[in-house]
Amino acid sequence: MMTPALPVECLEALAVHFRRGARVILDDITISLKSGEIVALLGANGAGKSTLFRILLGFLKPERGEVRLGGEPLADFSRRALAQRIAYVPQAHVAPFPYKVHDVVLLGRLAETGIFRAPQAADHRAVDEVLERLAITHLATRPYTEISGGERQLTLIARALAQGANILILDEPMTGLDYGYQIRLLKHLVDLAGSGHSILFSTHNPEHAVRVATRIVVLRDGTIMADGPPTQIITPSLIRALYGVAVSTLTNVEGQMVIVPSMERALDTRLETTRA
Amino acid sequence: MTRLMFMSVLLLGAILFSLTIGRYPLQIGDVASFFLAMAGLKPMAPESYQLLYNVIVEIRLPRILGAALVGAALASSGAAFQAVFRNPLVSPGILGVLGGASFGAALGILLFGNWALVQLSAFVMGLVAVSVGLMIANMFGKASMILLVLGGMISAALFTSALSIVKYTADPYEELPAIVYWLMGSLGGVDMTQIRWAMIPIIGGLVALSLFGRALDALSMGDDEARALGVPAQPVRYGVIGTATLVSALSVSLAGMIGWVGLVVPHVVRLALGPGNARLLPTSAFCGAIFLIGADCLSRSIMRSEIPIGILTELLGIPAFIIVLRRARSGWT
Repeated sequence: MMTPALPVECLEALAVHFRRGARVILDDITISLKSGEIVALLGANGAGKSTLFRILLGFLKPERGEVRLGGEPLADFSRRALAQRIAYVPQAHVAPFPYKVHDVVLLGRLAETGIFRAPQAADHRAVDEVLERLAITHLATRPYTEISGGERQLTLIARALAQGANILILDEPMTGLDYGYQIRLLKHLVDLAGSGHSILFSTHNPEHAVRVATRIVVLRDGTIMADGPPTQIITPSLIRALYGVAVSTLTNVEGQMVIVPSMERALDTRLETTRA
Repeated sequence: MTRLMFMSVLLLGAILFSLTIGRYPLQIGDVASFFLAMAGLKPMAPESYQLLYNVIVEIRLPRILGAALVGAALASSGAAFQAVFRNPLVSPGILGVLGGASFGAALGILLFGNWALVQLSAFVMGLVAVSVGLMIANMFGKASMILLVLGGMISAALFTSALSIVKYTADPYEELPAIVYWLMGSLGGVDMTQIRWAMIPIIGGLVALSLFGRALDALSMGDDEARALGVPAQPVRYGVIGTATLVSALSVSLAGMIGWVGLVVPHVVRLALGPGNARLLPTSAFCGAIFLIGADCLSRSIMRSEIPIGILTELLGIPAFIIVLRRARSGWT
């Protein structure tokens, strides 16, 4: 099993401010990801989720505020040192060249080997291990361009695991996947957190957030609207404020929260929000 | 490693074979015994040694080595540009190096008429055109992929129109034909001094590009992903663009415009070996060298007078590309 090689570190953004032109994208955001946590980031399109991710990953520099990893400023880490600590899983995409799944995952080892050293037998073994862990060993020799969206998403997660990083940041990992893959992916996230990874993922589906997250952060218009345990955060009024639909929340027999949309009032509330 | 050894042997074989092609007929055996005599391992009559020295070393070897260098440079830089631009249809001219070099060569023919200065002018203008393209792309902040492509297009268009001006003002009896002939591409003007000058930077550039192979794999996934994988995206991109530009500008200044090699050869190699750049780049270099040596043999032997090699690579490249398209189109839906 690939377990994180480096000590568990906390990733935090402190009073981060980011503008694009005159438009404020993020306004004094403070957010943290501690070890073993699964944090779900909710927010409508354009709320600033992707920008926040890009800042946490060090792709963008905040105008004000700071990102810290294990207490150290993110800017003090080299790209490679960061890649050994934080892995990024983009939305499943189509690559321009038909790399084999094994080779895509092998790219995760670049953080370990550096760009000029050829991968060794140990690197190939590490790839085999993560493929097995995600139960996609059968895809190893298939071209990445020819597998399904769900399989591509798992391949990208495998690549992130091959990096050996402790922190995983996933950008809408469930988007575009069929129901089966969505549920399997959620299960993988829980398992990964159980083996010592810290996970931050964005989603458009509050049900997914409620199901696996230990904490939910809600982003709206570049500010944090709520941050706390799922059962406290997810309320009918929050869902209505975020998405403009009416829901009720129930607790099922296993004590889990269930979100039930109300079809009758769904259109009414949308009208209300557009009027407002 | 074994693949590279195999390719080296193949390349040597191609060079030996091509030494036998030409107006003065030679057998492989003649070439072999000449080289043995040259190394002092086998005696040879001085008259026939002198004759063979003249044919092999002075006439044929420079252009064959030129073909090998130019073919390797074009194929390898083409493969590198394809990875940088995440597009298998990109050719080495994407950033304007060919347009700039053509203008430079034409200007050199007009102003100096001296062959070495023509080559220098082509090389320098090739680099200038790419710099102009990069500057245009970065005019409004950090350049995205599409801005780089557009910057290259604008720069190429600029230098192509400048080329037209030079052609228009050129003397139609002497200079204009020289310009047109240069634009068709030819290895006929290559001599040993130029080979010595161009060999080290070209081979050095090819080795450097090959070393960037794994980083290019990551970069072809997108900038953010490359960064997340620990690859500094911008330095790698500009390093590779710079090296590939240098190498292709050198090749153009040696032999003029030789099209399709940089597009077709990497494509064929990718179909055979897969897209991994650490293998693709060196193998493309060898295959490009062998391809251009072969094309040069044809250009010297099918007709009594030499056919400009640029025309031949186009004629050979187009059917090859159609065959490749047939196999590759499944990935482009």
